[in-house]
Amino acid sequence: MSELLEITNLSICFNQGQNAVDFLSLSLQQGETLALVGESGSGKSVTALSILRLLDERHASYPSGEIRYRGEDLLEAPEKRLRQVRGREISMIFQEPMTSLNPLHSVEKQISETLELHKGMRGPQARKRCLELLQLVGIENPENRLGAYPHQLSGGQKQRVMIAMALANEPTLLIADEPTTALDVTVQKQVLELLRDLQQKLGMAILLITHDLTIVRRYASRVAVMERGKLVEEQETAALFASPNHPYSRKLLDAEPPEAPLVQAKHDKPLLKVSNLDVRFTTHKGLFGKVKAYFHAVKRVSFKLSRGQTLGIVGESGSGKTTIGHALLKLTASTGSIELDGQELAGLDQNAFRPWRRRVQIVFQDPFGSLSPRMSVAEIVREGLEIHDTENREQHEQKVITALLDVGLDPEARHRYPHEFSGGQRQRIAIARALVLQPDLMILDEPTSALDRTVQKQVIELLRDIQARYGLSYIFISHDLAVVRALSHQLLVLRQGEIVEYGDAGEIFRAPAEQYTQELLEAAFFYQQKDATITTTI
Amino acid sequence: MKTLTPIQKRRLRNFRNNRRGFWSLWLFLAIFGLTLVAELISNDKPLVISYQDTLYFPVVENVPEETFGGFLPTEADYRDPFIADEILANGWMLWPPIRFSYDTINYDLDVPSPAPPSTENWLGTDDQGRDVAARVIYGFRISVLFGLTLTIASCIVGVIVGAIQGFYGGKIDLVGQRFIEIWSGLPVLYLLIILSGIVQPNFWWLLGIMLMFSWMGLVDVVRAEFLRARNFEYVKAARALGLNNRKIMFRHILPNAMVATLTFLPFILTGAITALTSLDFLGFGLPSGSPSLGELIAQGKANLHAPWLGISAFISLSLMLTLLVFVGEAVRDAFDPRKNG
Repeated sequence: MSELLEITNLSICFNQGQNAVDFLSLSLQQGETLALVGESGSGKSVTALSILRLLDERHASYPSGEIRYRGEDLLEAPEKRLRQVRGREISMIFQEPMTSLNPLHSVEKQISETLELHKGMRGPQARKRCLELLQLVGIENPENRLGAYPHQLSGGQKQRVMIAMALANEPTLLIADEPTTALDVTVQKQVLELLRDLQQKLGMAILLITHDLTIVRRYASRVAVMERGKLVEEQETAALFASPNHPYSRKLLDAEPPEAPLVQAKHDKPLLKVSNLDVRFTTHKGLFGKVKAYFHAVKRVSFKLSRGQTLGIVGESGSGKTTIGHALLKLTASTGSIELDGQELAGLDQNAFRPWRRRVQIVFQDPFGSLSPRMSVAEIVREGLEIHDTENREQHEQKVITALLDVGLDPEARHRYPHEFSGGQRQRIAIARALVLQPDLMILDEPTSALDRTVQKQVIELLRDIQARYGLSYIFISHDLAVVRALSHQLLVLRQGEIVEYGDAGEIFRAPAEQYTQELLEAAFFYQQKDATITTTI
Repeated sequence: MKTLTPIQKRRLRNFRNNRRGFWSLWLFLAIFGLTLVAELISNDKPLVISYQDTLYFPVVENVPEETFGGFLPTEADYRDPFIADEILANGWMLWPPIRFSYDTINYDLDVPSPAPPSTENWLGTDDQGRDVAARVIYGFRISVLFGLTLTIASCIVGVIVGAIQGFYGGKIDLVGQRFIEIWSGLPVLYLLIILSGIVQPNFWWLLGIMLMFSWMGLVDVVRAEFLRARNFEYVKAARALGLNNRKIMFRHILPNAMVATLTFLPFILTGAITALTSLDFLGFGLPSGSPSLGELIAQGKANLHAPWLGISAFISLSLMLTLLVFVGEAVRDAFDPRKNG
C-alpha cells in the first residue's frame, strides 16, 4: 500500500535544549485517519507544525529524521516547494477559530486568497468556488455569508470557514490540530461529523491531533499515543480501546471522570436561595444616559442549594452560566433576590457585602490567568486572610500550610511563584486560595476546562474529597457534561439566559425531559454509546 | 528574601546584551556621580588648608579671613594673593583640580572676556569671565537633577491619574480624558513667559510649572494598561476575596503598568532636560547667574567669535542626551517580550 506521509526518526529541538520530539516514526496512508493523542506538552502539535515546516526555524531545529510526503523529503525541500505543498496538497486547521481568521477580511476574501494563490482563480470563478465550499462545509445561506467578517460568525461557523479554506484546493492530507477543543459540545460533534463526511467525499487523509481520547474512538482508524515527545503506542483504534499496551495509554483511557457524585448528603437545610435573578448588559445608551438597548444575559433564574451539595450549571457558551456566578459574587450588577443562610444579599453595596465574601468564594477557569504572576504562592493564598482575619502572621502561615496540604500540594511550594507550576497545580493553588477562608459556598467556574483529561480527573477527585471533608456547597459551572455528572446533585440547564431544565442531576442524566437537554447529552456522550457500531465499519 | 523571577532575569540579560546601552548607563552614572560632588572638583576654595599646624576644610566650613591674618570677619577669599601667600608661608593648601566655582569671576585674565581655553581656564571663560568648565560641571548636575525630579514627580502624578481613569472607567475616564485634551492644548511656553513676569522663577517654581503640563505623557499608557488589566481573572479573583479598590490597583494592576512606565522613563528624562535647557536659552529659565547649559548656549550664540562656548555646551548636552537615549533603548529592549537573550 502506498504511504502518503512517512515520518522516520524525527527529532525536533528548540534553542539547542532537550528534544521536544524524540525519534518519532509515523506513517499515514491515503484516505485514512490517524489520531495523534497526548497531553499538553507531549509534542503532538510541534510534530504537526513540523510537517509543513511551520515552526520558527530561528529557534527550532531538526537534529535527525525525515518527513517524506509521497517520497519527497519535506525537511530538505526548499521554501519555494514548501509553499506549493502548503494549502494545496497538505492543509491545516488550527485549534483557535477566534484568532486563526484575519478579522479585517471577509469570508470570501479569506477563502479566495488560497484559490488565487494555488489555482490562479479570480473574480466570478473564485466566487463560485467559495460558494461551493461554504455549501460543502454546511454553512446556511452561503450567499449572505460571503461578505461576512469573522466577528459576525459564531465559533462553529468560524471553524467551518477554516475548514472550507483548508479544503479549497482539495488537499490529499488534512492536518487538524485540536479542531474542536475551543468549541461547545454540540458544535464539536457537528464539526467532527463534517470532517468525516468530507473525508469520505474527497478521499483525503486526516491527521487528527487531540488530547481527548474519547472523540478519537469514533473518528480515527488508527491511534498513535505520544508522551513527552516519544511515541509510546500505535494501534488500530478498536484494539487500543480494548487492550492498551502501554501504561500511559491506559492512564489516558482511565481519565474518564466518575459517573456520580461522591456524597449523597441529605441535608435539607438550604444555604442559598436565588429567585428571579436577572442580569442585563447595556449595549446602547441614549444622549442623557437612558438605556436604549441591552443584552439580557440572565432571565429570571431561580434555584436553591442545600448545604454540602453541588448545583451543576451547564449550557453552551453565551448561555449566561458564568454571568450567574459573577452576579452571585456581585462582580456583575443584577436584580432579584439572593439569600444566603436566610440573609438577603441583593441590596447590599460593595462595602456592606465585603464581610460576606469570606463565605462565598470562586475558582476561575484559566489557571494561568487567575493567579497574579508577581506574587508568591503564600502571598496569593494569604491575601484573603489579611482582609478577613485579624489573626497574626504565624496563624495565617499555619492556615496557608493547611490549605495547601488540603489541596495536595507540598507546603514548601508556598515560597515559589505561579509560573513554576503546571496547569493542574495552579488550579490547586486557586482552590487553596478559596479554601483557606473556610467558605460555605464555592463557585467553580469551569475549573477543569483548561486542563488535560488526566489532570481534570485529579482535580475532580480533589473537589469531591474536599466537599466530603468540609461539607462545602458548590456551584459547578461547566460546558462539559461528563465533568458535571461527576460532581452534581442538582442540575440546571441553561440556554440563552433561561432555565431549560432544573432538577435532580441523576434523574436528568437518566431521562432528560426537554429536547435541548437530550441534544446536549447526546453530543456529550455519543462517543461511548456508539462504540459497537464503529468497530464494524472499520 | 526575594530572588529574581525568571522574567526579571531575562530582562536583566536583555539589558546587558545591549552593550551600548549598558555601558552608556555606567558612563552616565559615573559622570552624574562625579558632578554630584562638583564642590570637590571645581571650587574657588581649597579642599584642605594647613595653617600654623591647624587643618581647615573650607569646602564644608566657613573660615573667616581673620584666621589667616586678614582684617575682615567674613569668609576668606582664597584666590586673593594676599591670603594665599599668607597661608602658603605658614602651611599648605590642597586645591581641587579646577580652581573656580560656577560663579567665580576670573579677574586676572590677560585678554578681555570671553577668554579662550588656557591652562588656567581649561574650556575658556564666558563673557563675564566665569570658568566654562566649572559652569559645565555644575550645569550638568542641575540639568540632571531637575530632569530626574521632574520625571519622578510627573510619573507619580501621571500614574495615579492614569490608574484612576483606567480602573474606574466610565464617567471618570470620560471627564478625565476631555480635561487632558483641553489642558494639553494650553500654550506652555506662553504661560511660562507670563508667569516669569509675575514671579522670579527659581528651581522649584520652574519644576512646579513644568509639572503642571508634563504629567500627561504617562496617563495614556497607564490608563490603557489599567483598562486591560481590570478584567484579568486574577483581578476578579482579588475582588472576590474582598480586597478594596486601592489594594487591587496597587498590588495587582500597577506592576503591569510599571513595564510601560519604566520603558518611557529615560525618554521623559531627556525631554525634561531639553525643556529646561531651551527655557534657559530663551532666558525664562533658572535665575540669572545659575550655572545652566541653556544659558551657555545663549552665550555661544551671542559670542560667535568665541567658539569654545558653543562647542562646550554642545558637546556636554549632546553627550548627556545621547547617553540617556542609549540607556532608554536598552531599557526598551529589556522589557520587549519578543526578545530572548
